[in-house]
Amino acid sequence: MLNIKGLQVKLEEEDKQILKGVDLKIEPGSVHAIMGPNGSGKSTLSYVLSGKDGYEVTYGSAQLEGADLLDMEPEERAAAGLFLAFQYPVEIPGVGNMTFLRTAVNAQRKSRGEEELSAGDFLKEVRAKAKSLSIDADMLKRPVNVGFSGGEKKRNEILQMAMLEPKMCILDETDSGLDVDAMKLVAEGVNALRSEGRSFLVITHYQRLLDHIQPDVVHIMADGRIVKTGGPELALEVENNGYADILAEVA
Amino acid sequence: MALAKLKADVTEARLARLAMPDGAGWANAARADALARLQAMGLPSKRDEYWKYTDPTSLNAPDAPEAALFHSDESPLFDAVDRVRIVFVDGVFDADASDDLSAEGVEIERLADAMAADIHWVKDVYGVLEARGQTPVNRPFAAMNTAFASDGVVIRATAKVSKPINLIYLHQDVASDAILHNVVKVEAGAEVTLLETGPAAARFSKQLEVEVADGGTFHHVRAQGRDHERRAVTHCFARIGAGSTFKSFTLTFNGVLTRNDCIIEIVGDEAVAHVAGACVGDGRDFHHDDTVFITHDAVNCESRQVFKKVLRNGATGVFQGKILVKAGAQKTDGYQISQSLLLDDDSQFLAKPELEIYADDVACSHGSTSGAIDEEALFYLRSRGLPEKDAQSLLTLAFVAEALEEIEDEALADDLRDRLEGWLARHT
Repeated sequence: MLNIKGLQVKLEEEDKQILKGVDLKIEPGSVHAIMGPNGSGKSTLSYVLSGKDGYEVTYGSAQLEGADLLDMEPEERAAAGLFLAFQYPVEIPGVGNMTFLRTAVNAQRKSRGEEELSAGDFLKEVRAKAKSLSIDADMLKRPVNVGFSGGEKKRNEILQMAMLEPKMCILDETDSGLDVDAMKLVAEGVNALRSEGRSFLVITHYQRLLDHIQPDVVHIMADGRIVKTGGPELALEVENNGYADILAEVA
Repeated sequence: MALAKLKADVTEARLARLAMPDGAGWANAARADALARLQAMGLPSKRDEYWKYTDPTSLNAPDAPEAALFHSDESPLFDAVDRVRIVFVDGVFDADASDDLSAEGVEIERLADAMAADIHWVKDVYGVLEARGQTPVNRPFAAMNTAFASDGVVIRATAKVSKPINLIYLHQDVASDAILHNVVKVEAGAEVTLLETGPAAARFSKQLEVEVADGGTFHHVRAQGRDHERRAVTHCFARIGAGSTFKSFTLTFNGVLTRNDCIIEIVGDEAVAHVAGACVGDGRDFHHDDTVFITHDAVNCESRQVFKKVLRNGATGVFQGKILVKAGAQKTDGYQISQSLLLDDDSQFLAKPELEIYADDVACSHGSTSGAIDEEALFYLRSRGLPEKDAQSLLTLAFVAEALEEIEDEALADDLRDRLEGWLARHT
């Protein structure tokens, strides 16, 4: 599904290397987690994959189902099936959540040469999916993320994911700012989307999200590289001993 | 004080091309008074405080600079709205193209007919509100309009008027120079909606005087378009009574020069006055100026000024907005916001918010901002699959939305929103 080879990335504005050679291969249907201390480059990886400005790829490649992601505009990556659930979802005053969802769904369908969803079909689908995430009609009507609580913003991200039905979902610290109940709700939303043809990359500081979203593979990232890869037990090791031991071990 | 010679010369050169229409004695006197006002103040120059940001040269010129006609296959604005259509072509009333000048709850007459009558209610309004609005700031083009207006309508609402009245200004002559004057009187408890649409003329001077009696309601929705080279200087003078409502919204597309002055005097308690506007401009020769002056002279009144400007490719936007709260106008609630969205580094927004308050128990707030498209929001939308152009249009519409929300009638607001989307699709 996703194949990253030797990815090196620096900031555009200053001569600072953030990713120093990342290799990562995610098979269809599998859930990978990336853990690591602050500043290790986890969020940068998610931004570079989704096409945010401000980063320069100096070496390496990233392919989604064989297509070169790094050559595409952000919207082309989305249409190709990539989705990033933001750590800090952006507030957009003046744009209704429902309008936004419908515009996004139809933009992607259009770029894939599919027919636009009718207003009725769209409404039916969004209501059903919103309900399972405890998103009420009011949240759908309000401007995108404006005045939403931390939990509401994250649930809104998962709703977008559910509506857009991407192949490769990247969750950037989706657990940050969530209480236990909200985290459960978000995790249930994600788990409902797990399927053979859909892969996940879950970026997180803490093991607790991974109690709810069981990963197949866990990577530890530090200083711009993946330094260790293992099974779910690796996440437990971090939980129990912190990053220091692992980092010392690989140093 | 004698006028500077240059100013006097410019004024006389302009006046030499104008002819004063003849009417009843009172009408001729009103026009002569207005001419005297104009001659005393002279046409503006860039040295005048309220013309510092907008160059009046092309408005002062004896002949109107030509303006090419913009051909569009768009349907007329508000086409689906049941309304009384009153059509002016290059500033001249077109009876054939207009509907019957009648609707329930309202009397509509041509200005010339009203001005020819020996006794007419319009005597107490025509040029009267304009003259009051000349202090403390001179508005020479308004005085010129009162003196020389050659056409227009006078409207008296006596009840809740059954449908909106739509003044439609068509532009067909590349060199037309039109001076139009409309008067609206909303009697106590009556209610009327006035729509104004169209590019009007190569050069258009237009004035609207509105008297709203106690408990009356006046809604005004205007779209100034589309011909890129047209020029317009417009004034709205309103005097509103106790418990009355005055709401005006203007959407402006294109135009090398648009200057809209709105002067409102709140004279009765518990009245509400809202003035809002949005403009979209593309190109170095686009210049749009909103100048607003709201005077609170009564207790417990509310006023709002909400203006949004979208500027690209070197366009210029100006906002000069004032709230004057007179002594005794306690419990005034005044709000003013002017914002620009600058889509590139070449465009500019010049804002001059003013508050002058002589009462001690009031709440007045104002704000003014200039900014670019929010890059974070743009990326967020693109990451969800919206092409960059669509994402930019969506954010631009969202920016303008706050001003559009000032329009109470949703069907009218939707029509304007659609037009705005069309403009953005052509210009991004």
